[in-house]
Amino acid sequence: MKLDRRTFIELIVGFSAGAGGGFMATPVNWKLMDDMTIWSQELWPRYQLGGLKGSLPQQGKVTHADSVCNLCPGGCGITVRKVGDRATKIEGREGYPVNDGGICPLGAAGLQLLYGPWRIPSPLKRIGKRGSGNFEKISWDEAINEVVQKLGNLRQKGQSHTVACILGSDEGTVPRLFDRFLTAYGSPNFIRTASAEDTYELALGLMQGTTGSVGYDLERANFILSFGSGLIEGWGSPVRVIQAHSTWRSGDLKDRATVVQIEPRLSNTAAKADNWHPINPGTEAALALGLAHVIIKESLYNADFIGKHTFGFEDWSDSSGKTYMGFKRLVRTEYTPEAVAKITGLPAKKILTLARAFAKAKRPLAVWGRGKGTVSGSLYECMTVHALNALTGNINKPGGVSARPQVATRSWPEVERDATALSGSRRPRIDGAGSNRYPLTRYLPDRWSQVMNGGKAGAIQALLVHGADPYFTTLDSAAVAKAFDAIPFVVSFSTCLDETAYHADLILPNHHYLERWEDLPTPVGLQKPILGMLRPVVSPQFDTRHAGDVLMTIAKSMGGSVASAFPWDDYETLLKETMGDKWGSLEAAGYIVNEGYKPSAWSKAFGTPSGKFEFYITAFDQAGVKIGKDVGYLPHYEPVQPEGNPATYPLILIPTELMRLADGAVGNPPFCTKTLEETELKKNDLFVEVNPKTAADYGLSEGHHAMLETAKGKAKVLVHLFEGIMPGVIGIPKGLGHAAYDDYLAGKGVNANSLIGVVEDPVTGLSAAWGVRAKLTRV
Amino acid sequence: MSTTEEKEQAVAENEQAKGGDEQAAEVAPVKPGTWRFLIPIAAFALGFMSHFSLGWVILPPILYAEKQQPIDFSHKLHVDEVGDCEGCHYFREDGSFSGIPELENCAECHEEAMGEDPEEAKLITEYIEPGKEIPWLIYARQPQCVFFSHAAHVKMGEMDCAICHGPIGDSDHVRPYQYNRLTKYSRDIWGWNIAGLSKNGWDYLKQADNSGEIKIEHAARMKMDDCAECHMEKRGTHDACFVCHK
Repeated sequence: MKLDRRTFIELIVGFSAGAGGGFMATPVNWKLMDDMTIWSQELWPRYQLGGLKGSLPQQGKVTHADSVCNLCPGGCGITVRKVGDRATKIEGREGYPVNDGGICPLGAAGLQLLYGPWRIPSPLKRIGKRGSGNFEKISWDEAINEVVQKLGNLRQKGQSHTVACILGSDEGTVPRLFDRFLTAYGSPNFIRTASAEDTYELALGLMQGTTGSVGYDLERANFILSFGSGLIEGWGSPVRVIQAHSTWRSGDLKDRATVVQIEPRLSNTAAKADNWHPINPGTEAALALGLAHVIIKESLYNADFIGKHTFGFEDWSDSSGKTYMGFKRLVRTEYTPEAVAKITGLPAKKILTLARAFAKAKRPLAVWGRGKGTVSGSLYECMTVHALNALTGNINKPGGVSARPQVATRSWPEVERDATALSGSRRPRIDGAGSNRYPLTRYLPDRWSQVMNGGKAGAIQALLVHGADPYFTTLDSAAVAKAFDAIPFVVSFSTCLDETAYHADLILPNHHYLERWEDLPTPVGLQKPILGMLRPVVSPQFDTRHAGDVLMTIAKSMGGSVASAFPWDDYETLLKETMGDKWGSLEAAGYIVNEGYKPSAWSKAFGTPSGKFEFYITAFDQAGVKIGKDVGYLPHYEPVQPEGNPATYPLILIPTELMRLADGAVGNPPFCTKTLEETELKKNDLFVEVNPKTAADYGLSEGHHAMLETAKGKAKVLVHLFEGIMPGVIGIPKGLGHAAYDDYLAGKGVNANSLIGVVEDPVTGLSAAWGVRAKLTRV
Repeated sequence: MSTTEEKEQAVAENEQAKGGDEQAAEVAPVKPGTWRFLIPIAAFALGFMSHFSLGWVILPPILYAEKQQPIDFSHKLHVDEVGDCEGCHYFREDGSFSGIPELENCAECHEEAMGEDPEEAKLITEYIEPGKEIPWLIYARQPQCVFFSHAAHVKMGEMDCAICHGPIGDSDHVRPYQYNRLTKYSRDIWGWNIAGLSKNGWDYLKQADNSGEIKIEHAARMKMDDCAECHMEKRGTHDACFVCHK
């Protein structure tokens, strides 16, 4: 046979047809298609994501470990579900005295912070320009040596006072270790980041003579008057407050509590309240005094408490016979409902009704602290609200206000300071707290950067930051950035790459909160003493070290009296010793609570010079605060003018806070960012809330791009029309606008703090700013 | 190529072909064209048969790779000692299934050697003494997208282990772990017969070798179709994807 063209074609076509047919008659082709489907949907994405070792659900024994969450000051108990060695879910711990099984979105997303890509894997040293994000890995020895050398040099040059620490708290062993380190080293500059606690501590100290911040018996209150507090938006200890809110909302109409929200914007809290009174922003103090006016005029106040246990309610005269105005006269003359209506925009009739309802309620409670309580606020405003609680005799009573108590722990031996430490500690603080100008204030977290930029650029030579992200959370971001640039040596102890770590020279990563031991004192706003214990739920995932251990190693390497101030072998030893006989129950149960705690009776409760609750603050003179006018000794309305020229900036910008958006020291985890709505964040663009009337004035409509400008900066935003915000007011959510972290957070939105500056409270020096003047132009 | 050129070429080829036939006729006078029809048929048959056997016989084994279990474990021996499956494969207090026992379960008895079997010696020296978990290869591990609860099947459905796993308790040796090279899934859950043909809920083949020991060639078939078949039969559910794919 000859292989001609025809034969060749016949062979090829015949064979191919046969091959195709034969192969199609087998299951292999279908099987391969099946396998390819699985491969492409399950394995290929894994290759694309670089293998993601350990990212797949582990198989193994399921266990549960209890610990405490410290992502916010709320201090909830958590139960971590583990499969094998991997933590797979965080739930609220049943029966925990703060949150009893509840958990907030941030707490539930804590595992993303543990396993997420923004963890810092080992000590890092900056190699590029500051803020370029270029770091190289170094060993722990190198890192610690570097700190020891830098701090040692400063100390030798007699500049120990130029070292500062910024922390998120001053309670608990780790913050106290930092404080102790500064004491032994020779610096007065321990700074705590801002919160409403700053002001509340001062208000309670002045009016009641107590130390520490406030505790509210929310669960037993039955009329809650909130002056802008985001009760279900993360105020106080968020889960606890939400649970209290549920209690208020349950029961039949006769029994259930009444919630009244005073706020210029229809927040979720306002929407859920029985009554919402939008008032002109920043006039809360005036309203509180207007209510006080009605309560006093109609004798609805607690005469027993006011008569026996208060000072400065009525007019009074000193030994020389000089008469001073009391709170009663001030309020009766200055704050009539009509006058207050003019200031606040709330009709006089409503003021009357509200005051009567509040005073006649069984257990009324006025709460203060805007939004989540992340800004310091005005002292007088806080005092006026607290005065309402005093008028109803609502101090140290069930359903009332008391000083936040702590579980007592063992004290540490006194630090033996050498000459350097002594002279360093006596130097004035960088932020001016405790100075002649602000003698009462302990920390001025929003002021140190202003001081540095105001001609004292060399005031901080080294900055240690732990448990805080001042670069992001401090008001007036541009000023903070400038101040940071002037600090030659910034050390961050952060576990993840937050803004401060990103701009640091050296990062000494702490263990994640699920990897370490640490005590957590009574959470914010709790009225009973609770001591929680963070414990390692998983073994450290990276080459990290406990900040307490690192700080002690640094101190020990410095030698001399700095080293001898830390006689403990390691942090765990110190923790056990500090807890003393409580360690056993803390280790076993994970917390200690005194459920039966009762605050002191009125006769013993007040540590003021008069021994009574003071409407007239005698402590001002004792501390040497320059008040100037008589009315300054009483809670009164002192308008805090928002920064900016009304002609240039006709609108008012106020920050808003959301439960689903963390705006503190912890960046918002991806789970939470996903919950943001299309009217809050669209891709990378942030929405601001604008009343349709205001929008019409500026020719803006839903989804328009606009330029938002204040005296502090400007940002391109999207407009969301919202009838729940007062005309002339713009709302901007806090918590976005990070440049650090990772792709899930960086570059999204605008940092509200970059648009809002500091307005110093005349008495405390803390920022009293509740907003800023702004303008909105269509782009 | 233009049409004219094609024609010209065709004519030329025909002439050439005629010339060729004339020459062939001189050498062997065969009637041209009588067998020609066989050429495509033969080619077709060849292609068909080769690829048919490729698909049925040659490729299927190549799709799978094989690994040996770390220890040749005898289920039979242990069942005789322990009594039933639940002694080792138990439900935890929270209702989750323990699966393959952890090393500590083994160590309860095998802290020291109980016999002289080299496999037991391997268990002790390689795993128990260094405290290293045995990296068992799990035949029945379901894909990531499947939510499977033993409690629902064994406790609530009162199903016997062998219904899905086959009479694995009778085996003297562990069989090799085969897995799909592409998907990486165990052959047990992806079907032993790739055509999807099976007689039982599980395709099970056990043989006694020369020594009389029972050798399991391959066990259960736990493909989605099998799950669906049983769910349909027992519960009357069909096309109910969300029962297993949450």
